[in-house]
This record gives sequence, C-alpha cells and structure tokens, in this order.
Amino acid sequence: MRKPLMLAGLVIAATPVVAEDKPQLTVYAPDYFTSEWGPGPKIEEGFEAICNCDLKFVAGDVLPRLLLEGERTEADAVIGLNTDVTARARATGMFAPHGQDTSALSLPIAWEDDTFLPFNWGETAFIYDKTKLENPPASFEDLLNASDDLKIAIQDPRSSISGLALLLWVKGVYGDQAPEAWAKLAPKVLTVTPGWSESYGLFTDGEVDMVLSYTTSPAYHIIAEEDDTKVAAIFPEGHYFMTELVAQLKTTDTPELTQSFMDYILSDGFQSMIATANWSYPAVIKEGFLPEGFAALPRPAKTIFYTEDEAEALRQPALDEWLAAFAN
Amino acid sequence: MARGLRQLIPAALSAALLAALVLGTLGAVTIRAGGFGALRGPDLSALWFTVWQAALSAALSCALAVPVARALYRRRFMGRGLLISLLGAPFILPTIAAVMGLIAVFGRRGFVNEALGAVGLPEVTIYGAHGVIAAHVFFNLPLATRMLLHGWQAIPSERFRLAQSLGFGPAQMLRHLEGPMLRRVLPGAALAIFLVCLTSFAIALTLGGGPRATTVELAIYQAFRFDFDMSRAASLALVQVGLCLGALVVSLLVTLPSSSEAGLDRPPVAGLGAGLVLRAQDTLAIAAASAFLLIPIATILMRGIPTLGALPGSVWSAVGTSLWIAGGSTLLTLALALPLALAAPRHRWAEAAAMLPLTASALVMGTGLFLIARPFVNPTSLALPVTLIANAALSLPFAVRILIPEARQLQADYDRLAASLGLTGVARLRLLTLPRLARPLGFAAGLSAAFSMGDLGVITLFSDGETQTLPLALFQLMGSYRLDQAAGAATLLMVLTFALFWACDRIGHHADPR
Repeated sequence: MRKPLMLAGLVIAATPVVAEDKPQLTVYAPDYFTSEWGPGPKIEEGFEAICNCDLKFVAGDVLPRLLLEGERTEADAVIGLNTDVTARARATGMFAPHGQDTSALSLPIAWEDDTFLPFNWGETAFIYDKTKLENPPASFEDLLNASDDLKIAIQDPRSSISGLALLLWVKGVYGDQAPEAWAKLAPKVLTVTPGWSESYGLFTDGEVDMVLSYTTSPAYHIIAEEDDTKVAAIFPEGHYFMTELVAQLKTTDTPELTQSFMDYILSDGFQSMIATANWSYPAVIKEGFLPEGFAALPRPAKTIFYTEDEAEALRQPALDEWLAAFAN
Repeated sequence: MARGLRQLIPAALSAALLAALVLGTLGAVTIRAGGFGALRGPDLSALWFTVWQAALSAALSCALAVPVARALYRRRFMGRGLLISLLGAPFILPTIAAVMGLIAVFGRRGFVNEALGAVGLPEVTIYGAHGVIAAHVFFNLPLATRMLLHGWQAIPSERFRLAQSLGFGPAQMLRHLEGPMLRRVLPGAALAIFLVCLTSFAIALTLGGGPRATTVELAIYQAFRFDFDMSRAASLALVQVGLCLGALVVSLLVTLPSSSEAGLDRPPVAGLGAGLVLRAQDTLAIAAASAFLLIPIATILMRGIPTLGALPGSVWSAVGTSLWIAGGSTLLTLALALPLALAAPRHRWAEAAAMLPLTASALVMGTGLFLIARPFVNPTSLALPVTLIANAALSLPFAVRILIPEARQLQADYDRLAASLGLTGVARLRLLTLPRLARPLGFAAGLSAAFSMGDLGVITLFSDGETQTLPLALFQLMGSYRLDQAAGAATLLMVLTFALFWACDRIGHHADPR
C-alpha cells in the first residue's frame, strides 16, 4: 500500500514550483493547441517576447471547465472557442469586451461581436484525391446525386465541431429540404467518426473517396508534404464558415496584461504565423501572411454562416433531421 | 472473529475508495446539476443498442474462446508460450490503433476485400452494427481466452489422468471436468466483457457507420458537451451503473461455487485430445484465432515501423511519462485488487465493489472529481495523482476478475491446512498467497500496466497542458495532419504496451512454483 502513495508524493514534490516575479497570464485552450504541432508554442513565444510576463496555457475542455469553475476561475482569457458555444458562453456573463477594431478583420462575413474575437477562419469542404477520384462532384447537388459507390466520411455533430458545421451547411443550402438532402447523402456516408482526425485518417488511407474537412486542408499537403493531389471540392451553393475565437474574462486579476494579450491577437506578429501554425486563414490577411501554396487555394464564391442565435435555434431540429436520416 | 474482521480492513478500504470514486463523483455531478434530468427518445434507443451489442459481443467472445482456450491447453508446440502472450495483445491495444488495424484488414481497401474482389466476389463491409461487434470480439476474445486457459490450467491434472484411465471421451470430459470449470469461469468472463462493451465509445462510433450505433457513453458525452445538460448526463450515468449492477447480479446467480479439488501440481497430462478429428479441430481453432487477432496487429506494425525514426523528440519524452504512470498505476492496482480478490470468495460485496469502476463513465468520474477537488486545491496540481488513481481504478475490475477464481481455489484448497499450521498474516501472504497467485498476479499486473499506457488522459479537466503522455501525443499528431507520424507513434505505443504486458506476465510465470 505504501509504495504507490510514496510515488504519488514524489510526483507532487517533483512538480516544479515557478517562483518568478513576472506576472502570469493564464489562458485556457483546447487540447490540440499546446502540442508542439499546434499554434500554442508560437503564440507563447511571440507574446512573452513583448509582455514581460509568463503566458501559461491550460489545455483541456475550455467551456465545460469554465462553466464548472464559474466566477472563481483562474483563467484570464480563453482561446479556441467555436461559434457553436458562444451563445452559451455569453450567457454566463463572465466575459469582458475585447476592445478591438473588428473592421480590420479579413473575414468573408461581417463580424461585429464585441466580446468574441476571431483569430483564424476557414470553411467546411469535402476533400478528395484528384489522382483517385476522376469525376469529383462539382456542386453539393452533384454530391447528393452521385452514385452510392462514392463513399465519404463525416464527423458526428454531437461530438465534433466540424460535424455540427456540416449540419448547418446542409441547412444553409437546403433549408426545409434538408431531410431529403440527408436521405440522399446518408447511403454515401461510409461512417461517422467521433472527431475530425479519425475521418481524415480514413481518407489518407484511401478508405473513403471524400472526407469532411476544411477548404484550407490541401495547404498542409502542399506546403508540408509537397503533395498537390489533395483538393477541396468547391461548391457553388456555398461553404459553411468556421472560426476560432478569443475572449477575456471579467474576473482577470491582471486586466492590463490580459488586454495587451487581446491587442496581440490581431497584431502582425500573431496573424502572420497562423496560416502554417494552424492550417487556416488568419483573421487579418496582409501581404506575405499567406505562403504561396495557401494563397493559391481556390476560394468559394459564397460563404454561409448563421449567427449565434440562428445556429442555436437550428441546432436541435437539424440534429433530429440528421438522426432520422440515418435511422433506417 | 475479531481477527477475521481485521483481515477485512484492507478490502473494506479498497471498496470504500472505489465507491467514493464511482458513486461519490456521480453524486457530486448530480448535486451540481440540481438533480436528475429526464431522458429523451434517442437516449432510449442508445440504451437499447448498447445493451444488445454488449450482450452479443460478450456471448460471441466467450463462445469462440472455449475452443481456442481448450486447444491451447491441450496442444504443445514450438512457440506456444509466445503465441499465448501475443494472442493477448488485442485486448491491450489502444482503441485508435486497433480500429486502424481492423480497417486495414477488413476495410474497403483491406486485404479481405482485395482478395474477394480478385476472385469476383462482392465486397464485405465492416461498417455497421456487425462491425462494432466484430471489433468488440477482436478486443475481448483474448481476455476470454486467457481467463478460460487459466481455468483449464487450474483443473488438477490428476483429474484428467483419472478420466483418461476411466476411458472418458470428449463428451464425458466436458460434462465432468470442463463443464463445471466453465460454469465457474465463463459468467465472470462474460460479465467483464459485457461491461467493457457497455461503456464503449470510439469503436462503436467509428465502425458503427452512423448514429444508429450510439452508445450510452456517447449519449453522456452529448449531454455534457452538446446540450450542456449535466442533469441528463447524471441520469444516463445512473442508468449505466444500474445496468452494470444488474448484469453483475445475474452473473453471480449463474456462477457455480468452487469445490475443493486440490491437486499435486503435476504437469498437464500428455495425450489429451488425441485422435485426428480433435487434432484438426484444435489446429483450426488456433489458426483461425491467430489469423483474426494477429493479422491486424501485423499490419499496424508494418505500416508504423518505417516511420519510427522520424518521430519528434517530444514523443520520446512522452514515452517516459507514460511508462512512469503505468508503473505507478500498476502498483496501486495490485495493492487495491489483492485484498478485494481475497475477500471476494466469502464476501460478495467485495466482488461487487471491484466491478464498480467498469460501470463508471470516464467523463462523469472526471467531472465529479474536479467538482470535489476544486474547492480545496488547484486541480491542475493534482494531474498526476488523479491520473494514477483513475488508471488504477479502471484496470482494477480486470485484475480482481482474474484473481478471483484462483483466490477461491486457493482458499478451498489450502484454508484448512493453513489454519491447522497457524499460518496467518504476512507469513501466509509470503509463503502461500503470493506464490500460489503469482501467475494471475503477473497477468493482472500486465493488464493494468497496458491499460495505463493506452489511457487517453481520462481526466482532461485536470490537464495542465504540459504533461504529455504517449496516447495524447498520438492524438495530437493525428489532429495536426501528421498521420504518418501518428502511425509511428501508434506502433510505438503498441510495442511498448505489449512489452510491459509480456514482462509482467512472464515474471508471474517465473514466480509460480508450479
């Protein structure tokens, strides 16, 4: 009995105690953020170079954790929230205005929210391999009417943000006809995975012909792997907009430092590294912010987006329609 | 009497800790949610799917394990020990790696379909309810096989000798020797597998082909994350606990009590199952099980080994963290499991307590612990201890399940002798209990170590964003498009997990005086 307890004691003792004079800024972020392949390390390095502070990311389930902690949270700011949870997050009344000029944003939609600030964006898209799929669907309608031999992988809207975006995408294109659209799409869905990475793995293994991902996904293959065979199918009906957001908390004990972090988000230093750190478009696009392969990506002519209230109202009915389409 | 009670103290402490972990956390979540919420229609269909797929998976795994375990018991061949160890591998595989392996074999572009296509036969699909069940059998057949093999090995060879000299045929062997053993071991094995499949999440979703394959665990996840409805999550978690306890009661009712049948530890009898038909039957069972279980694993290895060299340095430091956590969790598991297993033959509550963690939803447990710890300490400072305890709790049911049949046997065979010699306390533990239980203890330690290696940060709420385990690194690689490196990390995880398992299992075998 005693050994494990001793071990546990050693762990606690071994945890380094940082006793620096620098103020600490605590930012809650999603799991993917803090790995060396995520944007976290670069943001930390960039901000610490200018703030004379210690930026500490706490990785995990951002909003659930915040909701559980309430006013006593240690977070000064949160990063990586998606638009699907902003209604819920806003309702807590825990967030303070970001104080940034949103007219500087280079988004395909208008963004006037004064609390949640986008730091990157992209659109949902189906990705295919052009050497393997000879006649890719040229429109959403084409995809629905394609042979059922065309197999796609999608994500579950109940566990994945991109899966939820697909629900809203279909709703945006087909409106009241969404159930019929899903009835046509369902036989082509080889499987529904809990998260994006499992689906994408099925695609790169050649198990499915197309995968639900982002318009920016081919950029990774072009830039990091020098592989230009992975292409996003661009549909004239439009693509659903997705963005990740930053917000500061009212309860921060270092309001000035937190505000300077918010100011850093739209600065050139932050925005210029987002493209390759996060494989998405930066919220502010200036000359040189997009590497070559990125800038050449085809862009949809139309972007679909529901405001937070619209999305909140659509979510449950859209989910029920989706469940019904797969029920038989 | 007083001494008898005192002997129960460690078991009672273990049981109390588990009850606090499982029921206490559920209670904390319920209090925070302000009560239980009403279930919705889709929750009920998830419940139905969960129960029937788990029951079918358990039944199939056990039914298939009988011929395989018997064949492995009866036959002697080169590399038998290694094969037995290897056949245990799927059970300890990280889910992601196992799903990748199964798809590589049975997927649309897998060998099986390529072969079928080459001879003009229609494609088979692994996506659907049958895929979920096939995957669950893939995972759990090894567990059932090992538990049965231990059961066969526990039948004293004198009995087989006697049966042979009486001229028993296979049917009579089954009826008089193997049947009673099966009735002692199978209900427990089926229960453990049923419970594992009950709380399945990622496999069911990935291979299920769509939302029809929604399990209760996914419904809990949805209630938490999608609907932010903690009270419904609490109700679902309670339903899950209820289901598991119901299954436990059923299995206790059908389990045959142990009879005293002490043997003299002679090696197994040669010449069991002689004859061409039985020989062919055993060969077929071993060959089919090996193909089904080992080919997917070989596929992952072949794909991952070439990328091992390209793994980033941080993956190797994650290896260190993972090994460390696995070691600590294993010690903790054994310390908690042994008292419960020794108390279980006489006190059914010990067995029930040991099964409790299987009924828990990882999400509810993590949230409950967070709610309990939060008023006192900063949860991130508890990241490692909580991970150790959670891992230990989640592997404990298997450890106890493995130990119970042999603990029962041990007490039936040696209690009177030990009592007449006045062998008690530490001396009894050292001279009798530990040596006689070395084999299942080694196996249980191997399983716990393997589970802790494969754990994907059960407790994300306690994560400090710095401590990185190997499964987390694997997940992050997958999440950032680095799927080749992820395959390498999966291979590394699989090899290390298996090496740990194998080492513990071997130590157990060597420490066994038999």
